Amino acid sequence: MTEKSYIIDDKEKNLFLLDRIAYVSEDLHDREMERIFGRCWIYVGHSSEIKNPGDFQSRYVAGRPVIFCRNQANEIKCYFNTCRHRGAVVCVERSGNKRNFRCVYHSWAYDLNGKLVGLPGEEAYFGEFNRDKLGLRSPAHFDSYKDFWFLCLDPDAPSLNDYLAGAKEYIDLVVEQSPSGTMDIISGTQEYDIAGNWKLMVENSVDDYHLPSTHSTWLKYMMNSGVKIEMPKEGLVLPKSGKAIALGNGHLTTDNLNYRGRPVAAWIPIYGEKAKPQMAAIRQELEERLGPQRAERVANTNRNLVVFPNLVINDGSSVTVRTFYPSGAGNMHVTAWALGTVEEDQDARARRLDAFLTFYGPGGFATPDDVEALEMVQQGLKNWREDRWSEMSRGMGKPDDEQLNSDEHHLRTFWRRWNELMTEES
Amino acid sequence: MGTAENVSIESICEFLYHEAALLDEWKLEAWEKLLTDDATYYVPPNDQPESDHRNTLYTIADDRERIRQRVIRLMDPSCHAEFPHSRTRRMINNIRITERDDDELSVAANFVCYRFRRHERVREYVGCYQYRLVCQDDFFLIKNRRVVVDAEELGSLGSVSFIL
Ligand code: FES
Ligand SMILES: [Fe+2]
Repeated sequence: MTEKSYIIDDKEKNLFLLDRIAYVSEDLHDREMERIFGRCWIYVGHSSEIKNPGDFQSRYVAGRPVIFCRNQANEIKCYFNTCRHRGAVVCVERSGNKRNFRCVYHSWAYDLNGKLVGLPGEEAYFGEFNRDKLGLRSPAHFDSYKDFWFLCLDPDAPSLNDYLAGAKEYIDLVVEQSPSGTMDIISGTQEYDIAGNWKLMVENSVDDYHLPSTHSTWLKYMMNSGVKIEMPKEGLVLPKSGKAIALGNGHLTTDNLNYRGRPVAAWIPIYGEKAKPQMAAIRQELEERLGPQRAERVANTNRNLVVFPNLVINDGSSVTVRTFYPSGAGNMHVTAWALGTVEEDQDARARRLDAFLTFYGPGGFATPDDVEALEMVQQGLKNWREDRWSEMSRGMGKPDDEQLNSDEHHLRTFWRRWNELMTEES
Repeated sequence: MGTAENVSIESICEFLYHEAALLDEWKLEAWEKLLTDDATYYVPPNDQPESDHRNTLYTIADDRERIRQRVIRLMDPSCHAEFPHSRTRRMINNIRITERDDDELSVAANFVCYRFRRHERVREYVGCYQYRLVCQDDFFLIKNRRVVVDAEELGSLGSVSFIL
């Protein structure tokens, strides 16, 4: 028997309601760790973060400490950062270059293939002890798409390629900024907590309905800086019309015409006069390589992509790669990076980073207001027992291909998938 | 001999305490008057405190114009992250002059800045202020203000939505 549903999804009445227990229940959080984070493909890192053999990054993925590294054969690997002896983490540094990971507790040492290559006093074991069976454990699956690496803890999961479904095309649009299709995670990590349920970040990342209200000071900043932003036309809440698109398997994206300037070849005065010819050259390269139509999409559309459940790639004021994990029902950790092309010169790189900070991140002109909004939601949800349902019907009833980025079609897409995974028979 | 040669540590202390008071009292227009026309304000990322904002993603990397826009934003009641304004209180000590250079000085100071918001956790920002100051007779102007936060990650500090 299927369990109770957390959504009311009434296609006759065009009504979509979400049970607010989904944001506040610790029991559901535990179940999510099993059914969502324990079964889906989860983002680990990007190839560019470990460029050379021996390079590693240690981080938490889906609540698990892992090591993301490149071995001597140039293969990218992922191990659980847990000693096979008595369980200590074997790598404490954030990043670096190593030949071995040596556990500080009793000095068991593992090489870049996870193999146990040394332990003090091996002669003291008389039974079935076999060091070949005591290599670092790896997740059930580990695979990449265009240098974005994901792990999956479910042995029966579909391939990453199948899992990503329509999200691939939207990753392609980001990667095509680069002539060689190679992007860099730029150094400098933004890591911050939000006192809100992690799914609020999914919603917020693609919800363009909130932009004019939550980010009015950012819009004013843009206008103060000589960026011409037209007022929304009849029936729109945003200056330009955009779409919300379901991409399969719970992935979703916005896709709208740019009105805010993009470091990839859509100039605004904030970038300065000097940038004009440089950006024209970037645009020209795009057109020659991709043709005018595809180049226009790469250069002049904004897309906020959610790869279910918790990877966001925003290709807007700049490109940010953002992932977030729950720590309990009411808190999340966010990690965000900037992504740039390997080919861009110092000026273009600096421009991209500067553009990033006009909007994104804990010191940006927009993200702090998102954080505030999410924390306010979590505070308000303390009344969930008395005021049980969130209203998410915006745009419902229109055909799928007419759903706007300021509607809630994409949010419903996420929640339907979440509800399915949380309630299906196990 | 440049004017920086004779600057006393007392006058630096006085200046930094004055600046801290303006920031804690949200007198941001008065605070802006302490800046040179080419002033910059940086908060490097927690994992790369020694980096360059042109090739590293910072938390904040403002030029003078961006500082001006930041102040406009912060004084706007629609700046939700800071409305109502956070209450802050900074403690500054271990103040030292690290370089004297004609009419310019480098100054470093340890700080703790407590930030309070209604119904929210107390946040303690701990770190080092690094200044480049220009000497002007009895007074100073800030040419660069770099705020290095000691925490390994912002974590529970959340945003740096006010002027730290
Ligand atoms: S726990 Fe790692 S060597 Fe003992
Ligand atoms: Fe937002």
